[in-house]
Amino acid sequence: MSNSKDNKNKKKILVVDDSEINRALLSDMLSVDFDIIEAEDGLEAISILHDQEMEISLLLLDIVMPNMDGYEVLAKMNQTGWIKNIPVIIISAETGGTYIDRAYDLGAIDYISRPFDERTVKHRVMSNFMLTVKQREMSEMLSAQIYEKEKDNSLMIEILSHIVEFRNGESGLHVLHVHAFTEMILKELVKKTDKYPLTFKDIRLISNASALHDVGKITIPSEILNKPGRFTDEEFQIMKQHTVAGAKMLGDIPFRGNEALIKIGYEICRWHHERYDGRGYPDGLKGEEIPISAQVVALADVYDALTSKRVYKAAYTHEEAIRMILGGECGAFNPILLECLKDMADKLKQELNVMSFGVNTANSIHESVTQMLKNEGSDMSNRTIKLIEYERMKFKYLTDISSEIVFEYIAVPEMIQLSEWSAETLGLPQKILDPVGNELWNRRFNKKNFVDFLEKMKKTTPEHSVVSEKYQLSISGNRKWYKVIAKVLWSDSEIPEFEGAIGKIVDISAEMNMIDYLEEQANCDAKTGLLNHAAAKRCISNILAQGGNKKYALVVFDLDNFKGANDVYGHLFGDEVLDVVAQRLKENIRRSDIASRMGGDEFMFFIEYKDSVVPQIQRIFDCITQKYKHFDIGISMGIAYADGFEGDFDELFKRADAAMYTVKRESKKSFRFYDDSMKDLLEEKKD
Amino acid sequence: MTIQECYAAIGGDYNDVASRLRTDERIAKFLFRILDDGNMKMLCDCLEERNLAEAFRAAHTLKGICMNLSLTKLNTSVVAITEVLRGREEYGDDIAPLLEQVKKDYEQTMSGIAALKSEMAPQ
Repeated sequence: MSNSKDNKNKKKILVVDDSEINRALLSDMLSVDFDIIEAEDGLEAISILHDQEMEISLLLLDIVMPNMDGYEVLAKMNQTGWIKNIPVIIISAETGGTYIDRAYDLGAIDYISRPFDERTVKHRVMSNFMLTVKQREMSEMLSAQIYEKEKDNSLMIEILSHIVEFRNGESGLHVLHVHAFTEMILKELVKKTDKYPLTFKDIRLISNASALHDVGKITIPSEILNKPGRFTDEEFQIMKQHTVAGAKMLGDIPFRGNEALIKIGYEICRWHHERYDGRGYPDGLKGEEIPISAQVVALADVYDALTSKRVYKAAYTHEEAIRMILGGECGAFNPILLECLKDMADKLKQELNVMSFGVNTANSIHESVTQMLKNEGSDMSNRTIKLIEYERMKFKYLTDISSEIVFEYIAVPEMIQLSEWSAETLGLPQKILDPVGNELWNRRFNKKNFVDFLEKMKKTTPEHSVVSEKYQLSISGNRKWYKVIAKVLWSDSEIPEFEGAIGKIVDISAEMNMIDYLEEQANCDAKTGLLNHAAAKRCISNILAQGGNKKYALVVFDLDNFKGANDVYGHLFGDEVLDVVAQRLKENIRRSDIASRMGGDEFMFFIEYKDSVVPQIQRIFDCITQKYKHFDIGISMGIAYADGFEGDFDELFKRADAAMYTVKRESKKSFRFYDDSMKDLLEEKKD
Repeated sequence: MTIQECYAAIGGDYNDVASRLRTDERIAKFLFRILDDGNMKMLCDCLEERNLAEAFRAAHTLKGICMNLSLTKLNTSVVAITEVLRGREEYGDDIAPLLEQVKKDYEQTMSGIAALKSEMAPQ
């Protein structure tokens, strides 16, 4: 991959071919005009595309490749939408039609056949590059032009209508209000019914043309126009003429009669004083005879007249105006428009209140340009690409200095991406494609954990998208406790889609060791350091539940003359004796065996044995019963075999206890195994 | 030995490659790279292991290289084995003789290229 500084302004081409010689050959032919990036198979290509989608201008793609072939790359590009922005030229030694056809079907735009001919390669690449990349640039230029043109158009309309209004002694806000009102009501209307098939473009046209509704007033003498108080019948007849005059002005524009704006302007000028009940002027049209454009503007005109101060009247409030219109006091309107008005009342008040010059115009033009681009298919602008690059740089720097394992999970195409530092620490590549099936990744993360975490991530919602879990991972060779925290990325579409996640893996082994230590402390008898009864019971129950072939025995014992030791030598000495017994017990069993002081002078242990447990028991018994400072330690010990025993810990314990009881009753300082002769004792103990 | 003579010796089409790749430097540069190319070994190894899908891929790649460098003679035998291996699922007796031919042509081509390289090296 060549990426030197003088290449900075060259467009990038990704060459995907499994033969190094072929890549080098293409690179050699194209490197004068382009910056070449190479990938040796489909997987690598996908990962490069994922990273540099915006920078890559063109893809040269071989079909027959290991790991992931060219068709699969095309399929993935369709899945991710990259195919829309990146032209793909197939390189193939196959001249068979079906090969090429299949690639065309998957969105490839051209093919270059082997053997490579320098002129052909350069020509094909260059012309396809011009075709798609230049087209992208052109469409950006076009959108800028549309913006300018739109701006000019609405500016002209505004100037024209303001002239009318200033002559009319109105503020000029009237035009803006009617415009905004018309647009809002129309948008609501198309949501409510498909009776009027209005496109976004139609709505924009009608709203723009609404500014022209009173243009005919320019022909009305200003004494009449600005007369405070009521018109005489004659004056009113003249005033009514503004509708016909306005329509005539638009209709007379030479050669422009067919232009949509003029046509709609004509309708609005002429019929915005018609009434739905047929009692309006100038033509007395009724119901749906009145074009919907004029119907809506009429409603807007009335609303704004009511809420504005005029020479002959004060302004009504928004609520009063709505009530009057809905109550039929100010004319007759299409019921469905009244319904729109009712539903939109609050929004209208809000929007019209904040209305001012300029801002709205710019907003609506922006909106229409973006809307247009959305409909025609959008392109990323250079600025956006720069911003993305900048963010990527920032992210990379921050992750690299944080010395934490930072990862990104991408759902399609599925991959894990690690920061440079993390990859180095883990001894993994920075990109891991198909992590569930990747052996290296599974060795570090353990497939089961990873699948579990994936499930957890998918169960989040856009509102609660952070998930964390603790796992034992073999990240640095040894298994240690780690906490995995991730923020899941959901698409902002209507039905949110799981897009991936970003997160980090934190070593919490120190904390967990502390917790383990505390747990152990809690499980231990403070005096002797042996397990307490509850903890021992838990451990033994676990082993019993697991079953298996190993043989175990449960042993309980207590000191025969402990009370005597306390009485004769004092409590401190008594404690020493308990310590010694615990110590001797510990020294004579294996680490994997379980030993516990149950309380007082009672002990219990659970040991594994091979052929016979008797020698072990004998040794432990002999050791514990050695003299301590002239004190003769005597114990009574009962043993129950866990081997071949079906019951649980408590039942096993009762057997050992019964055996101990038997020793106590008969001889003391001895041990016995439980046998069926002690059955009665079990029953007794139950009570 | 010139590149032209080398092509004549190994059964290649100098005029064709020159018309496409334009300069002798470039032809020599890529010709020498074949000496380090691993696809032939891969083809042999895969056939030995009876991994026919991978063998096809290696043959196919080798074919592309031969075509690009107009190694006509070698290309003919590589094309033959490539087509036999295409979509093939079971090994058969027809493969071995084809491989032998490829090996023979490959050896001849490589020794020709190696000779050219050693002659050109001092410059």
